Amino acid sequence: MSTGQGRLIIVVTVCVAMLLAILPMPDWARPFRPPWVTLVLIYWAIALPHRVGVGSGFVAGIVLDVLTGALLGQHALAMSVVVFIAIQLHQRIRVFPFWQQSLGILVLLIVEHLFGLWITGATRGTAPALQYWAGPFIGALLWPWTFVTLRKVRRHFKVT
Amino acid sequence: MVAVILSLTLLVLDHRFHHLQQLRSALAFVTYPLHYLADLPFTASRWLSETTSSRDTLLQQNRELRDENLRLRAELQKYESLQAENMRLRDLVDSSFKVGDRVLVAELSSVDLDPYKQQVIINKGAISGVFEGQPVLDAHAVMGQVTNVTPLSSTVLLITDTSHALPVQVLRNGLRTIALGTGHIDELKLPYLPTNSDIVEGDLLVTSGLGGKFPPGYPVARVTRIDRSPDAPFSNVVAQPRAHLDRSREVLLVWTVPNQLPVPGDPVAPPAPLAPATGNDGAAGTGDAAPDTTPDPEPQA
Repeated sequence: MSTGQGRLIIVVTVCVAMLLAILPMPDWARPFRPPWVTLVLIYWAIALPHRVGVGSGFVAGIVLDVLTGALLGQHALAMSVVVFIAIQLHQRIRVFPFWQQSLGILVLLIVEHLFGLWITGATRGTAPALQYWAGPFIGALLWPWTFVTLRKVRRHFKVT
Repeated sequence: MVAVILSLTLLVLDHRFHHLQQLRSALAFVTYPLHYLADLPFTASRWLSETTSSRDTLLQQNRELRDENLRLRAELQKYESLQAENMRLRDLVDSSFKVGDRVLVAELSSVDLDPYKQQVIINKGAISGVFEGQPVLDAHAVMGQVTNVTPLSSTVLLITDTSHALPVQVLRNGLRTIALGTGHIDELKLPYLPTNSDIVEGDLLVTSGLGGKFPPGYPVARVTRIDRSPDAPFSNVVAQPRAHLDRSREVLLVWTVPNQLPVPGDPVAPPAPLAPATGNDGAAGTGDAAPDTTPDPEPQA
């Protein structure tokens, strides 16, 4: 499979994640929305660190900022840092069993949410409610399924 | 490292200087297909339920709407004669004041945005003549203002967002103040009212037209709670927006007749923090109950 097509697959999966990130949900469920884009980016960063780097994380973050109307750069900053850490640790995370992987992902997602907290705190002076922290835990719980699905996609399309 | 520095620069530029509107509009135009896709199932299901609804339901609805239309027309007649009278009286006292706003109906896109900011996306953009800072209403009251425009869609900041401030006036006695968003969809706060100011629960707040962004006289909120503690200089007033901020599907975009009002220096730009001038306005305007320089908004009979 050519590299161009592999890139297309990655972009499509990230776009699907973004779609999930803005799909309307009932008001009570909105704080519990899993951080889809981050999960997908982490997967690609761990599986193909030579394809998905900090730059990709940055671009995806900017697009997410525009999509959700957040301050420009908020997600970009968080995603760049998370992808950077994921790439540093990819050798180790790959060989972990699922539950240990989930714990690692939990830490990454918490780091991402910390950035969100700092930025909203610095620019708006308000701290989000406690439900804000449900995101990382739900994301970590969903990690095994995301991982298996994306691995299937990657093997099926032979993205390397 | 480069990415981190770049994002920090972007953050500061966007937050402090608002230089990035163009970039944001361009990017938003590129990502419009994603918004459209996310909205599609909901538009489709609505279309489906409309096309398959039974004849009886439609007839029933039609009848109800006709009744309501009749009632509204009757009220409009009264309003028109009152408006004519108002203009005549204003002519007598030589004060020019034009009534007449142009409106356009837009629909909300079913898309979830940042849950910690109160904003919505509507399906009309620069092509329909929407501009930044344009007031947005629903059938009941003021909803917010347009903050970002792309050719096909635009973002509306609701009046309940924490970064939004709106100059308002108590309809009963003309008391002027500022209504700030709280971040809760059903709450506005009025922090600049002294403890002895004349405001009671149930008072209707209308836009005062100061600031020049919103046309005067549109209803905004109703006062629901007042906490007066004797040792505090200002009372703690909470109001509930009259607009159905979380339920409306259709919104009205308003074009006002260009500025005939003398605009005192108190621009209320949505993302900007409160300028000291607005605070002064709230404090100064409360001493005397009758507004002296502001033209009274009196569309209500």
